[in-house]
Amino acid sequence: MIRLLYTIVAGVLLGLVVHLVSVLALPRIATQDAYSRLTPLTELNAVTALPPAEPGNALMPFMDPAFATAICRYDLSGGAIKLAVPVSQAYTSVSFYTRNEIAYYAINDRSAGRKVIELDLMTEAQHNDLPEDEEITAADRLIIDSPTTTGLIVMKALAAEPGLMPQAQASLAAASCKLQTDAPPKQAKR
Amino acid sequence: MRLILISLLAMCLAAVVGVGITWMTATKGTDLGTLRIGAWTARPKTGTADIDPYSRATIVRNGELPIGTGDGVAFTATTDDSKKPLDGRCDVVVSGVTPAARFWTLTLYDGRGHLVANALQRYGFTSQEIVRGADGGFEIRLASRSRAGNWLPTGGLERYVLMLRLYDTPVGVATRTQRDAPMPAIATVGCP
Repeated sequence: MIRLLYTIVAGVLLGLVVHLVSVLALPRIATQDAYSRLTPLTELNAVTALPPAEPGNALMPFMDPAFATAICRYDLSGGAIKLAVPVSQAYTSVSFYTRNEIAYYAINDRSAGRKVIELDLMTEAQHNDLPEDEEITAADRLIIDSPTTTGLIVMKALAAEPGLMPQAQASLAAASCKLQTDAPPKQAKR
Repeated sequence: MRLILISLLAMCLAAVVGVGITWMTATKGTDLGTLRIGAWTARPKTGTADIDPYSRATIVRNGELPIGTGDGVAFTATTDDSKKPLDGRCDVVVSGVTPAARFWTLTLYDGRGHLVANALQRYGFTSQEIVRGADGGFEIRLASRSRAGNWLPTGGLERYVLMLRLYDTPVGVATRTQRDAPMPAIATVGCP
């Protein structure tokens, strides 16, 4: 009898370990996460507009139907990414997510303070490799360090009224997200 | 033989307990870092890199993208102020004021986070399209049949979720009480 009691206690304790491991492992093993859902619909290192949120197309749960949304699915292994998002009339924001949907950075049009939100996205290693004099000229450009090489950039423009949705979509259609093609001047100096 | 049987039992128990708790926390969510104001709850930390493992598991399992802190904060409500679950067959009034924010949107979802189909194609309100009283306060009526003023159709769903998103707002990780963030009241005013 006492042995059975021990078994149950051991089982419950082991169960807590299983629970902790599975909670921590879930983000890595999930197959229906937002990144996986968006992968077949989006191009790599390019802006893809998402269809507006409607009852019929539940791409992701809890999407805000008042927003036009565009996605840039990025892979930094080929170099840094240059992102430019023109600001719409009402409200525009850009959010950055890691491969496992951690929202590590978000900026809106007011904190950007310009007509175009311009950012450079790179890994920490690529940021460290930047030549120092470049850093000065780049001071007016915002540099974001991505914790992972792949991830998602979500651009959103608010349509304050349903009739303004085409305008919001049009302002996102002018957004660009592409690999930095010009060779860094560091190589030219050598 | 007996030892094998007993360790097998312990392992089965461990698997059931462990996966069971994980499933429960991932579907129902936990109270970790939850901000509660009236009937509204928010987890401002889900929009940062400091997100707790339980919220991460929930987000990944549901396939959602949490709203980033630099963007805004999302409050959800599943009950009214007197803890009665939101019923789409009843008339529910959301009224009062909202915390400081450049824009906000109020959206109605079913339990799985999908929009509710209706002939008007109205799934929510933004702060700009709402009809307000002279004092700036507003009143949104949620009902299955059309109502005067700001009517949000519920589609007659038995249970639904309201989500109030504040964009470009000081409300966030540091917010604690109603005084920092005056949230609108939710009241069930009549059931057929």
